[in-house]
Amino acid sequence: MKTIRLPAREDNLDRFTGFVSDFLAEEGFPETRIQEIVLAAEEALVNIIHYAFPALPSGEVEITCRQEGEGRSTIEFRDSGIAFDPLSLPPPDLNSPLSERKVGGLGVFLIRKMINEVRYRRDGDQNILTFLVREKRGE
Amino acid sequence: MELISRKERGAVVVLVKGRLDAGSSPELEKEIEKLIAGDEKHLILDMAELNYISSAGLRVILAGTKKLKSKGGSLSVTSLGSVVKEVFEVSGFNSIIPVFASADEALNKIG
Repeated sequence: MKTIRLPAREDNLDRFTGFVSDFLAEEGFPETRIQEIVLAAEEALVNIIHYAFPALPSGEVEITCRQEGEGRSTIEFRDSGIAFDPLSLPPPDLNSPLSERKVGGLGVFLIRKMINEVRYRRDGDQNILTFLVREKRGE
Repeated sequence: MELISRKERGAVVVLVKGRLDAGSSPELEKEIEKLIAGDEKHLILDMAELNYISSAGLRVILAGTKKLKSKGGSLSVTSLGSVVKEVFEVSGFNSIIPVFASADEALNKIG
């Protein structure tokens, strides 16, 4: 198990995603799969950084990576910001024409596409978002 | 991320290198705004050396496409690498943004 805890700021994004990427590389995930998971992690972190702490100063994000068995790991994001379940957002309409296509909502959609199983729970004053990841997308 | 722009046959080709993520996307947004303000109509984003794109990058591309189209122009992307291509496909962007194999192919379409 590995944990990193840093202030929820955009200038820490690279350190957070680098941490996830290093963990997955150590676990033997293929490079292209690591890029997909890092993309989803970035989307989750950007949401937390932008929306979890509307009042300054912002809080922290803790990421915990765990090996759960052969080719399976979990990546857990914890923050003590306002309650927000990203999985409650409706998916974007991918078939809508350009003029109607919304500019937002894509981040959570990409998380769902790239991560095998996503769970959210509110525990006390914390948001806990968990990615269950396998070595292949959609397994 | 690094941006290298050149004018070619009535269009601006922007070579987008590196990572287009939450941190770097505002830079591309500014470049697109600048080109639109300079009355450029056709923009081609050459992604041959782009190895990562997140939703922040997709948003900037979508917003730029809408602005250019409303002015009678166009935005196209070319030379998508594997992971960038995958993100374009799963997000449905390849059906709303013109994607070409090369900048030349995109220029032929405009010309």
